[in-house]
Amino acid sequence: MRDSCNFEAVQAKVAALRTDIVRMITAAGSGHPGGSLSAVEIMATLYFGGVLNYDAENPKAEARDRFILSKGHAAPVLYATLANAGYFPREELTTLRAFGSRLQGHPDSLKLPGVEVSTGSLGQGLSISSGLAYALAFPASAQSPTVFTLLGDGELQEGQVWEAAMFAAHYRLSNLVAIIDNNELQIDGAVSEVMDVRDISAKLSSFGWYVLEADGHDVRALYKELTTAKAHKEGPAVVVAHTVKGKGVSFMENQCGWHGKAPNAEQCAAALDELCAPGEAALSVSDRPADREVV
Amino acid sequence: MSEKKATRAAFGETLVELLYEGVDVYAVDADLSGSTTTAKLAAVAPERHLNVGIAEQNMIDVAAGLSLAGKTVFTGSFAVFGTGRVYDQIRNTVCYTKLNVKITPTHAGISVGSDGGSHQMIEDIALMRALPNMRVLVPADFNSTKAALRIAAATPGPFYVRMGRANVPSLYPDTGGFELGRARILREGCDVTIVACGVEVYLALEAAELLAAEGIQAEVIDAFSLKPLDAATILASARKTGFVVTAEEHSVIGGLGEATAALLAENPGVAVKPLRRIGVQDRFGTSGEFEELFREYGLDAQAIHDVVVE
Ligand SMILES: [Mg+2]
Repeated sequence: MRDSCNFEAVQAKVAALRTDIVRMITAAGSGHPGGSLSAVEIMATLYFGGVLNYDAENPKAEARDRFILSKGHAAPVLYATLANAGYFPREELTTLRAFGSRLQGHPDSLKLPGVEVSTGSLGQGLSISSGLAYALAFPASAQSPTVFTLLGDGELQEGQVWEAAMFAAHYRLSNLVAIIDNNELQIDGAVSEVMDVRDISAKLSSFGWYVLEADGHDVRALYKELTTAKAHKEGPAVVVAHTVKGKGVSFMENQCGWHGKAPNAEQCAAALDELCAPGEAALSVSDRPADREVV
Repeated sequence: MSEKKATRAAFGETLVELLYEGVDVYAVDADLSGSTTTAKLAAVAPERHLNVGIAEQNMIDVAAGLSLAGKTVFTGSFAVFGTGRVYDQIRNTVCYTKLNVKITPTHAGISVGSDGGSHQMIEDIALMRALPNMRVLVPADFNSTKAALRIAAATPGPFYVRMGRANVPSLYPDTGGFELGRARILREGCDVTIVACGVEVYLALEAAELLAAEGIQAEVIDAFSLKPLDAATILASARKTGFVVTAEEHSVIGGLGEATAALLAENPGVAVKPLRRIGVQDRFGTSGEFEELFREYGLDAQAIHDVVVE
């Protein structure tokens, strides 16, 4: 964890991640743009703001902090982050979901460096992170690596999340930081309408967690709360990040229809027009089939 | 066949032995530490025994997390909860990521007894066998259970070791001679091959005694390793006797019987007579004592005998 953060550099990565996400999902012809775009600032602050301690040259370094993407369908934002962090070539991003690619539809840790564990079936990341945090903190040491895990708000409907929430507080896992990408949408509609999870902060607080909240698209706010959460040593901490699903692409924002649908070439060009400097949008996204919907 | 002991009794004892031998061993249990016997590890190394409460899904994935830090991790609970309730956690996290987690619940099969059908797990072998990267061991007595747990600990990656609650006779004098993928011939014979696993092994040996009194020489094989299955040993015996009967305290769907059926079907002509499968015939269990249940479900020595002479 650095003492200071170059927010301009993080912001530049935010822009790069968004264009990468749109390009790779368009190239794949399927994937999950909404929940990837909502988590961009979170991922950029972790990896490029100096919150997460990692070495892309040595992905298995023992002292590294761990990041686990519990909401595995947001694989595109993880892949874009790892590529920009140097784990693998950025050109590989457009192989997303293709036969033979290391960039599986959901993260596969046996294939891609930087992925700590395979995810995709929701509700498991907090349990995995809790077990990992326990092991890394024993024997107890001030230098214990921190385990960060990113969950969706809809994912909180999985009962296992609350089993893990109890466990992490009971075992006082102070090297565990959960982040909730609280974009208020899920596949079938608004979280509040499909199955209301209600007050996430109050719930986790009552479970014994140290709860912080942040505007999930403000890298300064995220940096402040994530570093505070990491420094908290009295038990597990959570940052509830308030986000907008599809953030950055006007026609995707707050639309649950863009949870698991790829843009076609035209929509991709329009998205990149919004995200990029003029001229940059002309970058090709290959000729792989587009506009297939994943249900 | 003298001293009777439950296979589950080997669990906690082996964990403690592994710890003292320097294995970085952990156990994660779900409020059943006394029954599974993982409490024995907690007694000597409390920091290595995590009790998650009544939360089996969390149990499997906490174990997964521990394994990511290089630990050798055993899970607890009863087989019905420790495999069935957590199938997705075992599939999508443990097996898909090929983690060093040993799925080792106890109280498998109808020999659980009086707890009844809700607690008598009879499709766990089918579930675990179907998973890529999973190895399946079904030990028959206390010593072979110790051996199975040791093989699981020494071999990286996911394992399922099936243990039971009932006291069963000792069949092996020690833990030596067991290997992944290797069956053991406990009695030689030339008229019929009985391939059994778990508690059915000693019942097959009893059936062999009944058959011998009638002049029928049964060869009894302890399958032990259901995945990988010891094809060579089973086929060689089938070639010799021409008649194979399988016996398992498990559904006839997806277990040892079907694994053997596939093996024989892929090697036509080895067995002359059609395969017969002893097992639970696509029905749930019910409350009762061991002898009552094994008679009702056609799993006892008499039932094995009857199928052979039929
Ligand atoms: Mg959501």
